[in-house]
Amino acid sequence: MNVMDTRATSALLYLDGVHVSFDGFHAINNLSLTLAPGEMRAIIGPNGAGKTTMMDIITGKTKPDEGSVLFDGITDLTRLDETRIAELGIGRKFQKPTVFESQTIEDNLLLALNVDHSVRGTLFWRGSKAEAERIDRVLEIIRLTDARRRLAGSLSHGQKQWLEIGMLLAQDPKLLLVDEPVAGMTDVETHQTAELLKEINKEKTVMVVEHDMTFVRELGVKVTCLHEGTVLAEGTIDQVSSNERVIEVYLGR
Amino acid sequence: MLANVIPRLRALAFSAILIAFALPAFAGPFEDAVGKFANDDFSDTEDAIGLIANSGNPLAYPIISALQDGRLMADSDSKKVYVTGTDGKSIDAATGAAVASVPDSASAVRLNNRLRRTVEAALGGLTLQSPDLSTRLAAAQSVFKSHEEGALPAVEAALDKETNKTARQALSEARAAILLFKSDATDTEKLDAIATLKARGDQEALALLTGLGSDQPPAVASVAASAISSIQSTLAVWSMVQNAWYGLSLGSVLLLAAIGLAITFGVMGVINMAHGEMVMLGAYTTFVVQEAIRTRYPGLFDYSLLIAVPLAFLVAGAVGVLIERTIIRFLYGRALETLLATWGLSLVLQQAVRTIFGPTNREVGNPSWMSGAFDLGQMTITYNRLWILCFTLALFAILLAMLRFTALGLQMRAVTQNRRMAASMGIATSRVDALTFGLGSGIAGIAGVALSQIDNVSPNLGQSYIIDSFMVVVFGGVGNLWGTLVGAFTLGIANKFLEPVAGAVLGKIAILVLIILFIQKRPRGLFALKGRAVEA
Amino acid sequence: MTPHVLTRSLDRGATIFVLVVAACGVLIPLSNLLLPAGSLFQVPTYLVALWGKYVCYAILALSIDLIWGYCGILSLGHGAFFALGGYAMGMYLMRQIGARGVYGNPNLPDFMVFLNWQKLPWYWSGFDMFWFAALMVIVVPGLLAFCFGWFAFRSRVTGVYLSIITQAMTYALLLGFFRNDFGFGGNNGLTDFKDILGFNVQADGTRAALFALSCLGLIIAFLICRAVVTSKLGKVLIAIRDAESRTRFIGYRVESYKLFVFTLSACMAGVAGALYVPQVGIINPSEFAPGNSIEAVIWVAVGGRGTLAGAALGAIVVNYAKTFFTSGPLAPYWLFMLGALFILVTLLLPKGIVGTFSAWWGPFKERRLLAADAASAAREDGVSEPNPAE
Repeated sequence: MNVMDTRATSALLYLDGVHVSFDGFHAINNLSLTLAPGEMRAIIGPNGAGKTTMMDIITGKTKPDEGSVLFDGITDLTRLDETRIAELGIGRKFQKPTVFESQTIEDNLLLALNVDHSVRGTLFWRGSKAEAERIDRVLEIIRLTDARRRLAGSLSHGQKQWLEIGMLLAQDPKLLLVDEPVAGMTDVETHQTAELLKEINKEKTVMVVEHDMTFVRELGVKVTCLHEGTVLAEGTIDQVSSNERVIEVYLGR
Repeated sequence: MLANVIPRLRALAFSAILIAFALPAFAGPFEDAVGKFANDDFSDTEDAIGLIANSGNPLAYPIISALQDGRLMADSDSKKVYVTGTDGKSIDAATGAAVASVPDSASAVRLNNRLRRTVEAALGGLTLQSPDLSTRLAAAQSVFKSHEEGALPAVEAALDKETNKTARQALSEARAAILLFKSDATDTEKLDAIATLKARGDQEALALLTGLGSDQPPAVASVAASAISSIQSTLAVWSMVQNAWYGLSLGSVLLLAAIGLAITFGVMGVINMAHGEMVMLGAYTTFVVQEAIRTRYPGLFDYSLLIAVPLAFLVAGAVGVLIERTIIRFLYGRALETLLATWGLSLVLQQAVRTIFGPTNREVGNPSWMSGAFDLGQMTITYNRLWILCFTLALFAILLAMLRFTALGLQMRAVTQNRRMAASMGIATSRVDALTFGLGSGIAGIAGVALSQIDNVSPNLGQSYIIDSFMVVVFGGVGNLWGTLVGAFTLGIANKFLEPVAGAVLGKIAILVLIILFIQKRPRGLFALKGRAVEA
Repeated sequence: MTPHVLTRSLDRGATIFVLVVAACGVLIPLSNLLLPAGSLFQVPTYLVALWGKYVCYAILALSIDLIWGYCGILSLGHGAFFALGGYAMGMYLMRQIGARGVYGNPNLPDFMVFLNWQKLPWYWSGFDMFWFAALMVIVVPGLLAFCFGWFAFRSRVTGVYLSIITQAMTYALLLGFFRNDFGFGGNNGLTDFKDILGFNVQADGTRAALFALSCLGLIIAFLICRAVVTSKLGKVLIAIRDAESRTRFIGYRVESYKLFVFTLSACMAGVAGALYVPQVGIINPSEFAPGNSIEAVIWVAVGGRGTLAGAALGAIVVNYAKTFFTSGPLAPYWLFMLGALFILVTLLLPKGIVGTFSAWWGPFKERRLLAADAASAAREDGVSEPNPAE
């Protein structure tokens, strides 16, 4: 029903002319953006520019008033709900780390693992060696192997961010949406996160929203600057940061 | 010489005796008529009624109404008739002179069913020309209902002399009623009568028309039939209007009960299960105020509500603030636990009131300006419900103004929409919470004052309103008082329209089911707040 | 060796619970039947019936804990499912009376004769057979829960709104069952039962057997709940409870999970009601009262939500207190105490008895586990890993 006969575009993520307003406030205003498969894009912009709202739209939390949102060239995301979109292969890490605080780190990852998510599947789940190995691997990447049986609520803020990225990895999506991954992290952690994301990018498409310019620079990817719900400028970090409108919006006013 | 006197004396004596016996006969037609009652004969009594009713004697009405009530006493030995007034004093029926007491040998003049109808018609005729307007109207009404042929001349006589417009209307309707059923009325007369009855257009006119025999000429029958259907549709419309009125009334009660809850829920996200008990406290405050007035200052009774309203607000509001400070505050963010804690509180409050005031209903009266009813077209509107509707709308307007124009109102709105943001702007959210809860409870208290006027005051009063209040809040949405208003009135009217169709209980069940289904479409109610902040 | 699917979820606490209940289920009936009346350890029959009632309440509490403690669904109308199961059993028992009723009608229960009904309504058919009634005990509450949940969860009604409409649901049923023309005995309900499966409902032996069955029911319910909550599904439920939105974004169809546990919970409550009715001898519409359902929630809160055994314990403790207080001189104060219990438990003891105990005991357990982990990790690598970034 959402599948069209031919791919409309080769982009993995395609937004065109998206509009959304809340009670008269235009959160997203004629937003158009594309993400090629295997690309990593950094999204920057001042507060209220619509970055998180854009992610809400992509992941199905908010329905746009107008515009098209296509995944993999064929699937209309505006018709699906969060669960279906997640099943399609779009994973999201939230601005505020939302891990399952009362469960262990291990269990958090177990839950995120993209295996059978049906009621039946989880009720009779027995666990396989392959799954255990995948969890071990993710734990290694996010450096929480020793803490695997600790409750996620006992982690520090930075560790929670990493756990959430770990959950994203366990989910093994095609497209990762990462919202402010280094907020509240130290310089060292920020660097490690950049490395991690670059590593992930080798196999997956990633969209990162961030404020930290050092981090964005370190990522070394194409940057899109949003403002008042629409794209202000696009290009390398240098191009964008020397763009007059961007300076005006970020520094001036 | 003496031989001439004695025969003359004898004649004089004889004449005197004759005159003495004949005196009643020569006393006049009125006294004669009255005397007939003493014969204990139905046809004599009937004659007497007719003669007296048409006599024009001012005693006619007291005699005939006494006859109707069984207060007309006749002594068959002395042929004297007495009227025992409702005050116990008796008079001689023929002369009107007061008598000390009625002899034991006198008994009430008997009536049979036919005579009763005659008495009624006679009374109707008598009162048709009473100097008092309301008596005349009542008389015309009773003739209308009984449509006794015998009353026709009296009605026409009264109609000739009548000057008051309303009375003329009533009298002509009475005449129409009589003509309709009169065996020898002409077709034209009947058609005129039908037209008059159709113009009257109420339940009684309908009853008369449908009671018309089937042996009418076709022209008359068809006109009667069309008059019947016309009246029926008018009545149907009025019935709908009446239901709508009941619905509005119920809606205003629901709004009163629910608005405090909506405010608390909107601002604090807290469902106060003890809300019904705040209403109950207000009702009991009214009771206490009225008790105090009854015993000390009985003259102030009509002002009792005026005193009770601010008092109930303070009492319930104070209890509300206390609850917020001691319980709710510590459960911030845990809406479900707050629900449980306030449920426990409601149990405590109910039991406390039960212990202090007893478990049975307490007497709360309507002040005089709230008693009674008036008719509007074909429906009845009671004053107490009308006052409550006005009161509710006034209260709503005040609240709306308060929210819009006062500082507290602004703060409350801010906290409703985005608590964290409001806090970071320097609004003391904790204080706003306490005042909001106090306000919500206080309004519930005021609602209790109003509800005490139409409902029983008992410790269970709150329980009967709590589920309905919830439904209003769930249906209308929070964050916007208009939602509560629309929700309350919609539910009230829906309830009252379902009731005649499905019965009160099934109607209520249907409403509950409809709300559950409605929530599918709009999980946050009719007037829901949107936006990211609300989700938090 | 493959452990049995139900028993593999038992940890030490759970095993103790099962053993204790099993012991009660065996010893109490035996003591009642075998020991002479009046002796020290003999349990009198009225106590057997009373405790049987408690056990049924404990099953109800388990069903509430399953959805509330583990999935965050606060149902304030679970009494409705309990009552529906009770009515199903009641209907079977009514039909068993046969011609022994006051009016002596072999086909119609007394209250129908009283209402001048000529024949049994269609919805009473089949209830003369035990297996059918037993099936209805599970199916009717389950079906209601499924339909209700289908509408509620699909439209994402949560939190306080959901609780309120569960209240509305049970209130609507209360109003309905009170009506005589509903055909369930009106406000008198169903009562005067004679026998169950051929055994006299009031005989000592039957009561003892019912008690034992209730205990068995409690054990089975407990095991089922344990199996659910310790499985991966249980983890998903907890995830839904703590962060519903997040769980959706990982790709779980939250509505289906909620629907599953809600329906399961309702079936369990129905069974509890069915075991309850022959032991108390009556079922009437007041079981649908919203107050009853809310009271059941407080049992779980007192005992400890999210602990299962705590819920059962809470049910028994609170009801014991209720019996104790309402039959003594303190009777008028019971409502005060119950109300105070609600307030104090939510304010001061939010984790309940068992929960608070676990929380106190928990850190010891966790530290031991972590120490064991660190030790085994050290053994594997021969060297300690650097601490994770703080």
